[in-house]
This record gives sequence, structure tokens and C-alpha cells, in this order.
Amino acid sequence: MARETVFNGLMILVLAAIPAAALLFEEPFYLTLATRLAILALAAVGLNVALGLGGLVSFGHAAFFGIGGYVAGILAVHAFNMEPLLPGLPGTKSMPVIWVVSMLLAALIALPMGAISLRTSGVYFIMITLAFAQMIYYFAISWPAYGGEDGLSFYVRNGFPGVNTLQPLPFLLVCYGLLAAALLFFWRLQHSPFGAALQAARQNDVRLAAVGIRPFKIRLTAFALSAAITGVAGALFADLNRFVSPSMLSWHLSGELIVLIILGGVGRLFGPVAGATVYVFLEYGLGGITERWQFFLGLILLGVVLFARGGIIGLFAGRPRHG
Amino acid sequence: MQIPLLLEQLLNGLQFGFMLFLMASGLTLIFGVMGLINLAHGSLYMVGAFACAAVAAATGSFWLGLVASLAGAAAAGALVEVLVIRRLYGRDHLDQVLATFALILIFSEGTRWLFGSFPLYLDIPPLLGGALTLPGSAPYPIYRLAIIGAGLLVALGLYLLISRTRLGMRIRAGEADREMIAALGIDIRTLYTIVFALGAALAGMAGALVGALQSVQVGMGEPVLILAFVVIVIGGIGSIRGALFGALLVGVVDTTGRLLLPLALSSFISPSAAASTGAALASMLIYVLMALILALRPRGLFPAAAG
Repeated sequence: MARETVFNGLMILVLAAIPAAALLFEEPFYLTLATRLAILALAAVGLNVALGLGGLVSFGHAAFFGIGGYVAGILAVHAFNMEPLLPGLPGTKSMPVIWVVSMLLAALIALPMGAISLRTSGVYFIMITLAFAQMIYYFAISWPAYGGEDGLSFYVRNGFPGVNTLQPLPFLLVCYGLLAAALLFFWRLQHSPFGAALQAARQNDVRLAAVGIRPFKIRLTAFALSAAITGVAGALFADLNRFVSPSMLSWHLSGELIVLIILGGVGRLFGPVAGATVYVFLEYGLGGITERWQFFLGLILLGVVLFARGGIIGLFAGRPRHG
Repeated sequence: MQIPLLLEQLLNGLQFGFMLFLMASGLTLIFGVMGLINLAHGSLYMVGAFACAAVAAATGSFWLGLVASLAGAAAAGALVEVLVIRRLYGRDHLDQVLATFALILIFSEGTRWLFGSFPLYLDIPPLLGGALTLPGSAPYPIYRLAIIGAGLLVALGLYLLISRTRLGMRIRAGEADREMIAALGIDIRTLYTIVFALGAALAGMAGALVGALQSVQVGMGEPVLILAFVVIVIGGIGSIRGALFGALLVGVVDTTGRLLLPLALSSFISPSAAASTGAALASMLIYVLMALILALRPRGLFPAAAG
């Protein structure tokens, strides 16, 4: 068995161990921690489609995370106040509906954004995706209808049929379920003809074009898929906090998502999960020891970039056979 | 629409633009010569502002503070270059983004450690206090005009440095062909450190100059950093001329847009709706501008020579 597979099995065990530990030691806070971990990992799995498979370094994925969050928040507030969103279109408190809407909306916005951004490459791509995200960020800050700078609170978490999402454990399991679905999707995608074309576009787009496949279309599709997954994660994140604010759209979050992927291992199936696990534990662990945890987090990240190329999975399983 | 108000906003836009130029010129130089994306450039801006505020508070002189900001930011830049940045030149942009993102965390938290979370205040030097009367009898602060003047001087100085001096020749050669200039016996590592420190000093100077207008606090560099990136992307990464043009464009468009958009909208919709929609659109304006420019000219307005 490949060492990466062993590592992935270990990651699954770690994810399962957290809620078990929470119940054993009666520390409900661990459940929140695990939920945060799962949601960040889910968002990063989304980014990993564009960044890991397609080599598209998007510095604007916070846009999709925030869009998902605002979809959840706005629909929930309208349902709570019994105000229709548009005449004849009510809000909703049903998670599956919210998920579908946030995926569609994120993908719909990713299409024009990607179509323009993909005209550029390299640093210009990084910067133009950042610019688009900043547009949406400033729009959310200065648009007063849904809270503007103060954000939008909703008091009751949205519901999933047959699950009491108000309890931390069932909500965590819902998040785990979506994360597992996203990982399965990523794995299928990676090994599909489409995934092969996408990875070929990253490695050598001239050759891909020479065999008759337009890299642009492949990349744009990947960008939209990637946005949709990150959008769902945003909807869950809003549900976790029962609050959405423009900070979900900030460039810091885009940076953090990139950090999660590099920390775990770029383009690896479980890279985002490993990255999110380490990140959340560092945040929690260092935060418990020192108020200055960000200083040490910075040092650790710096150490990973300089000395552990290939991220945590790279350390454990070696370099991928074909990059 | 009063002309004095528009004139005042235009001058504000120019002042903002020249401040952005101080940031963007260093950023674009570092990218052009070393091919490095430096997210930590905003941290150097912050270091400059803090150095200036601390020295000005200790000695009572803004001018000593300004010298300290240049020296402090240049020293911080050189140190970071030697310890960290030097290892990143051969890496892809992804690693550079992550490493310099980590540097932001270290700088921000380190500064908070040293100076606490409360903002510091920096007074405008008495020499540049007071206001000048603009045509139309509107007063305008001399200090802001001085920033415009300082920006012009730096632009001129950079032009002379790059086009007329031996160091500038080496910088241009480094941009054109790294291996060749190393093969000709130029110490490329020292050259890189000098360029990085120069960019850092300019960022520090911008921080000190703006510190007297706003408060000096942790995190002050980040909004400016993003704008500086917008500037160099609009101008064409690696081009100082592009950085100057892009900075003035962004400065003027952003400042006048905030004034003119709500006014323009109020002729179509109610004043209160125009004010809020106008403000929302105005804050997005430069990003729309950037997206438009990149959609039409994917390598910016003044694409630097191949490489």
C-alpha cells in the first residue's frame, strides 16, 4: 500500500477521534473545533481543484466562501422574517436548498470571473482573482441592506431533514458528510478524463491544445467547480457561527485557504484535510499557550515553505511520482 | 458642482497616488528584478511608520523620525532578504505567497509585541503645518502638497538612479538576464539585497509620511499593499513608469469616484439611495478598472520587456 494511502487512513482516524475524544472527556468545544476543521478543509478541497489539479493560483476564493455564507444568511433571515426574497420567492431554512443555491451562485459568479481572469496567467492571474474578490468584499461592506460592515446574524441554525442540527454532534456529522462527498468527488475528478486534461493543462497547455483540447474551457470548468465546493463550505461556516460578515470575503481568508493547501500538500487528495487539521490545532494549541500565537504560526509556516517542500503529506509520503 | 471641491479632491487623489507610487515602485522593482511576489511589503510600510513614530516621540523631531523610517525599513528589508527571501527566488509564486504571508503574521504580531495594540500618533512637522489657499479661496494643507512633492522627487530620483548610474545599469541588466550578469562577475546576491532594501526604504518612507495623516497601527500596511498590487498590475509588473502612471490613475479615480459617483447617480435615483449605491460602487471602482484593463491588456498598460 502506498504511504500516502496509509497517511490518508490515519487522517480519517484523526477526524473520527476528535468527536470521540469530545464525548469521552466531555469537552463539547472539541466538536466546534472539529466542525471548523471540516469546513475549512471542505473550502480548501474546493480550492485544491483549481490550484492543485489545474495549477490556477486563485487568490480570490474567499469570494466564493463569502457568497456561500451570504446565501445561507440571507435566505435564513428572509425565512425567519417571513419576507419573500423577491415576490413569490420565499427564503428558506433548509440546508440542502441553501447548499444547492450557494453552489449555483458561486459557480455562476465564477464563470465570468474565471473567463476574464483566465486571459491572464502567472502573477497576473493571482492578482486579478484577488481584485475580483476585493470588489465583492467592498460591495458587501458598503451595501447596507444585509448589515454592511457589521455583518448579518441569524438566530437559529438552518435545518437538515431528519437531523437536529442545533446539536453540535449532528451538525459536525453533516459537515463530515459533505467533506467526504467532496473528497470522493475530488478523487473521481482526479482520475477522470476531465481530470487528466486539467492536469495536462497545468503541466503543458501547448501540448494539450495540440491534441485538440482547449485548455481554456477545461480550466474555466474547473474554476467553476472549485468555486461551487468552496461556496458550500461558506454556507456551512455561516451556519456554524449563525453569522455572516464581510470578513468571510477578505483576502486574509483567501490567503488562509492557500496556506491550508500548501501546508497539507498541493494537489493531494487529503492535502486540504491535513493542512486544516494542523492549522486548526496550531491555532488552538498555540492560542492556549501564548497570546502571540500568530507570531509562532508565522514562523512554523515559514519553516514549512523553506524546508518541507511538498507539505506534510510530502514529508510523510515523499514526492509524487509525477508532478 | 463646486470647482474648488473638485480641485481639492483632485489634489487628494494625486497625494494618494504618489503615496501609492512609493509603495508600488519598490514592489514592482522587486518583482521585475528578482521575480518575487512580496506580500510582506505592507509590513515594511508599517515598520517605517512605527520607526518614525517612535523616534519622533523620543526626539521630538519628525525629520529624525523620517530618517529612522528609511533606515529602519531598509534594515528590516535587508535582514528579511538575507534570512528568508533569498531562498525563495527559485521557487514558484505559490511558495512566495505563502512565505511572505507568514512574514506578515510575524511582522504584525511582532510589532504588536513591541508597541502594544494601541495606535501611535505622529504630528505633522511644524514646517509643513498650516494650509495654502487654492484658487477659489479653499484652504489646502501644505503637508499633503509636500507628499506630492516628495513623490515627484522620488520618481525623478528613481529615474536617474535606474537610467544614469552604475547600480541602475546593473539593476536593468539583472532584469534582462540574471545568469549573464552573474557570469560577468557582478555579485548578484548583493545586488538583490540592495534592491530589496531600496524597495523597503521607499515603503517605509510612505508609511512615515502617511503616519502623520492617519494613526500608526498594526495592520495599516495591508489595505495599502493590496492597492499597491492593483497599481503594479495595472501599470504592468516590473515597470516603474507603469507604477507611476498606475498609482496616479488609481489615486485620482478612487478619490474622485467617491465624490462624483453618488452625485452622478442622484440624477437618476433618490438622494439617499444614490449615496449608498454610489458609495458601494465607488469602493469597487478601482477593482473594476483593474479587471477592465487586464481583460483588454492582460500584461498591464506598460508591459515590461520580456522576462
